[in-house]
Amino acid sequence: MIEFIALNMAPIMFASLVVFLLLGYPVAFSLAANGLVFFAIGVWLAPYSDNSITLDWPLLFTMPQRLWGVMSNETLLAIPFFTFMGIVLERSGMAEDLLDTVGQLFGPIRGGLAYAVILVGALLAATTGVVAASVIAMGLISLPIMLRYGYDRRVASGVIAASGTLAQIIPPSLVLIVLADQLGRSVGDMYKGAMLPGLVLTGFYIGYVFLVSILRPAWVPALPPEARTLGHGVTSLLVAVAAAIGIGYGAHVALFPTYGANADVLGATLGIVAIYGYALIDGALGIGLLSRLASQVIRVLIPPLALIFLVLGTIFLGIATPTEGGAMGAVGALVLAAMKGRFTMAVVTQALESTTRLSAFVMFILIGARVFSLSFYGVNGHIWVEHLLTGLPGGQTGFLIFVSILVFLLAFFLDFFELAFIIVPLLIAPAEALGIDLIWFGVILGVNMQTSFMHPPFGFALFYLRSVAPKSSYLDKVTGIRTAGVTTGQIYYGAIPFVIIQVVMIGVVIAFPQLVMHYKGVVVDPSTVEIVVPQMQTLGAPAGTEGGGLQTLGAPKLGAPVINP
Amino acid sequence: MQSLLALSRAIDGLSEKIGKAVMWLILVAILVSAGNAVVRKLFNSSSNAWLELQWYLFGAAFMLAAAHTLRQNEHIRIDILYGLRSRRAQHWIDLFGHVFFLLPFVVLMTWMLVPYAYAAWSIGQISTNAGGLIIWPARALLAAGFALLSLQALSEIIKKIAVMQGLIDDPHPFVSAHEAAELEGAALAAAVAELAEKERSK
Repeated sequence: MIEFIALNMAPIMFASLVVFLLLGYPVAFSLAANGLVFFAIGVWLAPYSDNSITLDWPLLFTMPQRLWGVMSNETLLAIPFFTFMGIVLERSGMAEDLLDTVGQLFGPIRGGLAYAVILVGALLAATTGVVAASVIAMGLISLPIMLRYGYDRRVASGVIAASGTLAQIIPPSLVLIVLADQLGRSVGDMYKGAMLPGLVLTGFYIGYVFLVSILRPAWVPALPPEARTLGHGVTSLLVAVAAAIGIGYGAHVALFPTYGANADVLGATLGIVAIYGYALIDGALGIGLLSRLASQVIRVLIPPLALIFLVLGTIFLGIATPTEGGAMGAVGALVLAAMKGRFTMAVVTQALESTTRLSAFVMFILIGARVFSLSFYGVNGHIWVEHLLTGLPGGQTGFLIFVSILVFLLAFFLDFFELAFIIVPLLIAPAEALGIDLIWFGVILGVNMQTSFMHPPFGFALFYLRSVAPKSSYLDKVTGIRTAGVTTGQIYYGAIPFVIIQVVMIGVVIAFPQLVMHYKGVVVDPSTVEIVVPQMQTLGAPAGTEGGGLQTLGAPKLGAPVINP
Repeated sequence: MQSLLALSRAIDGLSEKIGKAVMWLILVAILVSAGNAVVRKLFNSSSNAWLELQWYLFGAAFMLAAAHTLRQNEHIRIDILYGLRSRRAQHWIDLFGHVFFLLPFVVLMTWMLVPYAYAAWSIGQISTNAGGLIIWPARALLAAGFALLSLQALSEIIKKIAVMQGLIDDPHPFVSAHEAAELEGAALAAAVAELAEKERSK
């Protein structure tokens, strides 16, 4: 009997973890307690285990080193930075301005408000990784307008919830940071890999709205003329955009010999700066060459684009590490808030308070997971999981489909931090054994976790939308007409087409790995950073342990734990 | 019991004070990180001390805020079954968890980390990175974080027993994660609306 238990410690430990977690005590401490209990049992049963349990008491004393490793992890520093940035941005009113303006721009066409929501969702997603902020801003600004002019309630709420979740998959998202860290890959690569799938997904959303506008035009009407407050002037905007592209392309051609591949981004920056500068001058001097619409669009769109460049551009160009990109984004967000006159003590303290709280609970789940993994690997749990999963029929594809379904179901009651810290480390070995690129794998997991945010009835985006959507009928402020509210059923119903799009997207990423794999051998080469900072090479950081110089710079993995995933 | 509750209040006060103070370290870390990136790019110089300082600061923030987070009942749970139980049963689960999950873990870690930090201090250990920082303060932070958590665990146990005996009000009535999301959304909406209102009245 004792031998049987000793030989099957891994499955027993895993099953008991499920019981520990479902009890409902905070996850961080349940994980740690499970790890410690099974450490003790493991040491006791080790003699009976035929060498399948490799635990002894001295091993427990590697815990301080493991905790040190958690604390000195430079990648995870990006979590508080991006969180802080997101919270400051959501109070800066940037989302509201964008929605107003882009809504006016696209309003006159059928489905225009929905397109605006999707595009702004993608833009916000590229500045911050916070779903709540996007969904709430759209629910407050766009939903009332959509309801006023007769949008179908299901389409309206579905578009808003889904567009908000784009923040999960479009860089710089927290999910991707945590996944990159757990998969042992560089965050920069993960960002590059996820960029294209994120844009394709945005395209799918737009395609869906386009289909609706053809098949059910009454569901997504255009704004009536009296609601187009910014007037016409699209031609002027097109000319301005063409001019910007012209300047950008010219700069690209001029800079290409000196800057090589970086000329793309530099050229684009120049073009954008030129047109923004002109819009400001045009407005200040009252030249009036630009239409009101064009000038408004340019002035509202450029700051977030600049922020995106500050964060993603610098990361992709290899100028900054993702952590530094997050820090600069946070400073940029403060500047934007200041420009809007919203740089107040209350905003900063609230943002810091939320950031600290999130950091504490996230880092402690990680600490708990490290205690758990010490014991779980000690009872050969990783080998058990690997045997279990590499034995699945269908090879790579079979494994990816199985994992997708598993994560999809688990995401109903685990949030992505828990999934990433508990489940993902166990999937690395089987994925590698099957020859799956871990960035590709990470992006597939990312799309899965994004789906869980909009899946009724548990998806958090739906709850954020619920919190700001009118529950019962209300008097519309503009038309004075009594307008019906949005029922929870309509919110759920509206999410379904988007969940289907997500499932299709997961299939697309699995079927077309090249969507992700282009991350290899493009702009950022960790060695460029080492050239810029030559003295870094002598740091004694074990090179390549995290898969890229960007990550290990100045963050030595001191005393790597004896048993380490 | 009254003296125990007084002790619990003292611990809570300490955790809260520390938890609220350390949040500023995150802002400092942001400024250091952004400044470091700019300086490195512009002047082509960098120092490991600045890189290490960032995670020292973040480490201090999350380690020392953990006790305050526990006090606020903000460490996340999987509430799918927990939420279905009576409040009484939830109290028992919490008490059981505090005594058998939390307390042994944090006390054990404190017991291991204090000598770990002391060892680094006694030999004046310095980071192996060129120009790196001295190591013991960061290790002391780990130890201090777990020590504070141990105290907070005691305080939580005292409060839980007092709540179950009806001596004090329940400080954290159960709110499911989804209800919390709705509340958070409503609060954020109100905050943004208030800021916009201020702007208009300017």
